[in-house]
Amino acid sequence: MSAEAPILSLRALDVRFRTTDGELRAVRGVSLDVAPGETLAIVGESGSGKSQTMMAVMGLLASNGFATGSVKVAGEEILGLSPRELNRFRGSRLGMIFQEPMTSLDPLYRIGDQISEPLRAHGKMSKGAARARALELLTLVGIPRPQERLDSYPHELSGGQRQRVMIAMALANRPEVLIADEPTTALDVTIQAQILELLADLKRRFGMAIVFITHDLGIVRRFADRVVVMKGGEIVETGATAEVFSQPREAYTRMLLAAEPTGRKEPPPNDSPPVIEARDVRVTFQLRKGFFGGQSSELKAVDGVDLLLRRGGTTGVVGESGSGKSTLGRAILRLTPAAGSVRYEDRDLMPLGRDGMRPLRKQLQLVFQDPFGSLSPRMTVGEIITEGLLVHEPGVTRSERDRRAAQALEEVSLDPSARNRFPHEFSGGQRQRIAIARAMILKPRLVVLDEPTSALDRSVQKDIVDLLRRLQRQYDLSYLFISHDLSVVRALSDEILVMKSGKVVERGTTEQIFADPQEPYTKALMAAAFLSAQAIE
Amino acid sequence: MSDVSTPDTVAAALSTSAPVKGRSLWADARTRLVRNRAALASIVVLTFVAIACIVGPLVTGHDYDQVYQDYVRVPAQWQAYPTPDQIGPAVDRIASRMRAKVESQQVTGDTLRVTLTAPRAIDERLLVYFERSDLFRTAKVVEKADEGKKLVADVPIKRNHFLFGTDSNGRDLLTRTLFAGRISLAIGVLATTVAILIGVLWGATAGYLGGRIDNLMMRAVDVLYSLPFIFFVILLVVFFGRNFVLMFLAVGAVEWLDMARIVRGQTLSIKRQEYVQAAEALGVTTGGILRRHVIPNTLGPVVVYMTLLVPKVILLESFLSFLGLGVQEPMTSWGVLIAEGAKNIQGSTWMLVFPSIFLTGTLFCLNFIGDGLRDALDPKDR
Repeated sequence: MSAEAPILSLRALDVRFRTTDGELRAVRGVSLDVAPGETLAIVGESGSGKSQTMMAVMGLLASNGFATGSVKVAGEEILGLSPRELNRFRGSRLGMIFQEPMTSLDPLYRIGDQISEPLRAHGKMSKGAARARALELLTLVGIPRPQERLDSYPHELSGGQRQRVMIAMALANRPEVLIADEPTTALDVTIQAQILELLADLKRRFGMAIVFITHDLGIVRRFADRVVVMKGGEIVETGATAEVFSQPREAYTRMLLAAEPTGRKEPPPNDSPPVIEARDVRVTFQLRKGFFGGQSSELKAVDGVDLLLRRGGTTGVVGESGSGKSTLGRAILRLTPAAGSVRYEDRDLMPLGRDGMRPLRKQLQLVFQDPFGSLSPRMTVGEIITEGLLVHEPGVTRSERDRRAAQALEEVSLDPSARNRFPHEFSGGQRQRIAIARAMILKPRLVVLDEPTSALDRSVQKDIVDLLRRLQRQYDLSYLFISHDLSVVRALSDEILVMKSGKVVERGTTEQIFADPQEPYTKALMAAAFLSAQAIE
Repeated sequence: MSDVSTPDTVAAALSTSAPVKGRSLWADARTRLVRNRAALASIVVLTFVAIACIVGPLVTGHDYDQVYQDYVRVPAQWQAYPTPDQIGPAVDRIASRMRAKVESQQVTGDTLRVTLTAPRAIDERLLVYFERSDLFRTAKVVEKADEGKKLVADVPIKRNHFLFGTDSNGRDLLTRTLFAGRISLAIGVLATTVAILIGVLWGATAGYLGGRIDNLMMRAVDVLYSLPFIFFVILLVVFFGRNFVLMFLAVGAVEWLDMARIVRGQTLSIKRQEYVQAAEALGVTTGGILRRHVIPNTLGPVVVYMTLLVPKVILLESFLSFLGLGVQEPMTSWGVLIAEGAKNIQGSTWMLVFPSIFLTGTLFCLNFIGDGLRDALDPKDR
C-alpha cells in the first residue's frame, strides 16, 4: 500500500435499500483506501455490491437507497452532504464513467455542449473557453476529426467513440479520482483494448487515481496495481494484483480466477448426417431513401455464407458487433428474409412461409443473449416454458404441461417450484437457464445460441457452458453458437467461422483457428481471449 | 449439476412446490399503490361514491322523478320539511280553496289541529285538499259545530327530508344527484371500456403487423380524428334520435383513437423485445403473440390512461348534456344537474353546489388514482 495519504478513503461503508421485502443490505462495512495515482480494481460477480459502493461514493444511489459510514476525499467527509455541496466534488475531483455508452450521453445535446457543461459549472469558464477546452479534450481522448465532432449528436458516434466522449467528460476538470464502472463491458473486444490503452495513457499523463470496477480478470491483471475482491457486499480479499493472482487466499477468489470455461467438446463422428446445410446465404437490408428521394442504399448484413452443421456438432460463429453473425443465425431459422438455400435434414426451408415453418419450429430453437429481455415479464416461468407446447402439442393437458415444465426446469438444474414465479425474481444466470429450458422442452434438433453467455458473470458462464454441453450429449443436439468470446467458443465448438462485414473471413476447426489465426481480427480476438487465459496460469 | 430427473423426483417436486406463489409485476404495483396515501384515500372515496350512487336512490325515500309541487326550490337543510313557517300559509291556501277561514291552528308534535269557519256549511269531503298537498296526510274530523259552519280537524303533518334541497320542479336533489351519478359513472365506465377494447386491439394489431396494414389502420384513425366531435354527435343524434346507448357509442367511438395511438407506440417497442422474437421462433401464431406477449405488456399505460379517460368521458357527457344532446328528462346526469344549477345560481345555489361537489370529487379521485397508478406501474421505480 502506498505511504501517501489516501485520496479516497472509505470506512465501514454500508449501503441499504428499502424494498417491499424489507431492507436489503447491498454493501456491508466496506473499508478501503485509494492512494493518489494508483489503479485499484474492484472485482466480484454481479450483485456483489461493487457498483453500489462507488455509486454511494458519488451520491448516485437510487431513491430508496441510503449509505452510512464514512467517505473521505483527501480527508474531507463527503457522505451525507447535500447534492449542492456534493457537486463541489462530483465532476471536479471525482469523475465517473459508466458501463453503457449508448445511454449515458443525453441524445439531445451536442457532444461539445455535453463536455462543456461540467467545465462551465465547476471551472466557471466562459462559453468560448469551455468549447476550446472541449476540443482539447476530444483530441486528448483520440476522437478522429474532433473539430467536427464537437457539433455531432451522440447517435452519430460509435459505441467506442461515445465511451471516449464519456471519458473526456469525466476528465474535463482533471479529477483526482476517476471511477470507471465496467467501462469496456459493452464494447467489442478490439475497441475494449483501445479504451483500456487510452485510460492507461491518460493515467500516466495526469497521475490520477483510477477505481476500476469490473468482472473481467484479464483487464485487472493488465491494468490494476491493487485488487479488491468483493462478495455479497463485503470485501473478501485485497492485495497487490500480482499477489492476488499468483496466490489467492480465499476460495472465492480462486473460484473467480478459475471461472474460465474449460474442457473441449468431442467432435461428432464424420459420418453423422448433416442437420443444416446452407449455401450462399445472403441477407440485405434496404436502407431507406431520404425524404426527397436520393440514393437508396443496401446493407449486406450477410453476404454469401456457406454452412454445414452435422448432428451432434457445434459451429461457432465469432465476429464483432455488426458483422452479421446474429443475422446469419436468424436467416438460418428463417426469422429474417434471406436469399440462398437452407436445407434442414431433407427439406428446403427457403420456399416455406410463416405457416409452413411452424411445424418445423419445434425442432429449430433459439436462445438469446439478453436473459432479461427474452422472457416476457408478465408471464410466469411455467407459462413461458410451456408456450411452445401450446403451439406444437395442443393436445397436451394443463397438468401434463405443468409436469413437463417441472421436468424441463430440473433438466437445467433449477428448482421446479420456480415455474410459479415471475422472471424478474431470478438472477441473470437463472433466467438464461429458463430460456434454455424453454428451447429444450420441445426436444429440438438444432439450437441457435445467440451469445447466450455474454451477459453473464464468468462463473455463471462456466455453468451454462457445462449445461449446454451436457444437454448436447444427452440429446445429440446440434448447436450454432454465436459469440464474440473465444474462450467460450473454444469450450463448445468443433468448427469456427469468423465473420466480418457479412462475410466469412476465416474458417476451420477449433484447433486450427487457435493454433494459427490468419486474419488480424481473429488475432485481436485471440489476444483478448488469451489475456484472460493467462490470468489463470 | 443435478442428475437427470426421474418421474419420482418430478412428482415429489410437484407435491412440495404447489404453494410457492410468484410475485407478479401487478402484485408489486398493488403494494406500491396501497402505500400511496392520496391514491388509497381516493379509492376509498370513489368506492363510497359508487356505492352511494347505486344504493342511495333506493333509500332516500324519494323517487328521482317524484315532483313535490309544494316544495319547489326549497333550500337544503338538515331538519325535515315542512318548516313551522311553511305550515301557516299552506293551511291558509287550503282553507281558501275550501272557501273557509282559519280560525286557529296549533301544531303539537306531528299533528296540526286546525279550526275552520265558513259562512256556509263546510263540505267534509273538501278536507281531501289536505291530503293532496305534500305537507299533510289524511285529515280527521274531530268535531263539528254551528250546523257544520265550524269544523275542527286533526291533520297529521307529512315530514319530508330534503338534505340537498329540491330543484325547480320540486324533486329531491339528493336522490337526483345520486341517480345522476349512476348514469355518469355508467357512461364513464362503459364508454371507457368500449374505447379501451377497440383502442387496444386496433393499436396492438396495427403496431405488431406493421407495414402497409399499420399504415392503413392508422390513417383510418387520422381520418376519424379529423372529424369534429360535436359534429359527429349531432350527426348521430339526427340519424338515431337521442338515446342513452348512443352516448356510449359516440364517446367510445371518439376516445378509442388516443388509446389506439398509445398502444401502437407501446407495441412498436415491445415487438422488438427479445421475448416477442423468442415467441416467433417458437412458432407462436400472431394472435397468440398479441394475446400473450404484446397486450399484457401494454396494459400498464393502458390502465393509467383508463383512469384518466373516465373523468374525461364524464366531462364529455356533461358537456353534451349541457348542450342538450345528452340524456333526457326525467333521467339525469351530473352534467344535466350542473347545467340546471347554473341556470338557477342566483336564487338557489344548492342546485349547483351539490352535484358539482360529487362530480369534482369523483374527477379528483380518478385523477389521483391515475397518478398513483402511473407511479406504481413505472418500472423505473422498481
